[in-house]
Amino acid sequence: MRILVSLLCGGVFGAGLVVSGMTDTARVQGFLDLFGAWDPTLMFVMGGAIVPMFFAWRIAAKREAAVLGGPLPAPPSTTIDTRLAVGGILFGMGWGLSGFCPGPAFASLSFGGTGGLIFMAAMLLSMFAARPIIGVLFRNA
Amino acid sequence: MELSWMYGLIGGLMIGAAAAIYLLVNGRIMGASGIAGSLVDGTAGSAFWERAAFIAGVIGVPAVASLFVDMPATNVTSNIPLLIVAGVLVGLGTRLGSGCTSGHGVCGMSRLSVRSIIATCIYIGAGVLVIIAARGMGVL
Repeated sequence: MRILVSLLCGGVFGAGLVVSGMTDTARVQGFLDLFGAWDPTLMFVMGGAIVPMFFAWRIAAKREAAVLGGPLPAPPSTTIDTRLAVGGILFGMGWGLSGFCPGPAFASLSFGGTGGLIFMAAMLLSMFAARPIIGVLFRNA
Repeated sequence: MELSWMYGLIGGLMIGAAAAIYLLVNGRIMGASGIAGSLVDGTAGSAFWERAAFIAGVIGVPAVASLFVDMPATNVTSNIPLLIVAGVLVGLGTRLGSGCTSGHGVCGMSRLSVRSIIATCIYIGAGVLVIIAARGMGVL
């Protein structure tokens, strides 16, 4: 059942990314192009996504467990450190250069052509290699 | 074109609804980089199939839709070295910073997590600066 719900959520997420225009890398780069031909669409996407989630967190706070059992997520980490900042900077750079973040890269994999596949391969390899790299750079990781 | 903000809002509500169901029903945070990263580096553990199913849905639903309707243009750059560099930066950056646009941006900010709000400001700021730099250098 958990697997089925997960498949469904992934499907709605993927469809939402396509409908919202976030699989169009030019639109995402247009949002980041603050001093060029700025495209505000991403703001509406994020705003639209935050609204249901805001209420979901309120409901989650009143519950002991998830509907299918098992714990709800622990309170968020409050650690604001170099690792968070460096990670954000690197991610933002890659996001800006390509117009891809992980979600849309998956959602457009079937119709994004070779470029999308190359980005995906590089991203997954980098995620695979990230743990040992982080282990060397940040001892506490 | 003028309606792009409306499609953005509708798509955004779909993304938020998916995240809300994933949270309340499965008890999980819908972060694309966390889900994908834990699948490739083996940290998913007992959640492996649950997470694999999520990714299958993200890829699968647009793939099935593409058989029946024209999908919107992705406008992916043809600059292959740029795509590789960007992929490496996104992969490492999201693992290092523990989240991306869905994890920190949607799930974290809606929870009013200061850490996620700061992370989101940092990656948007870095994205804005890199666009300025890349335009200046003629890369984009």
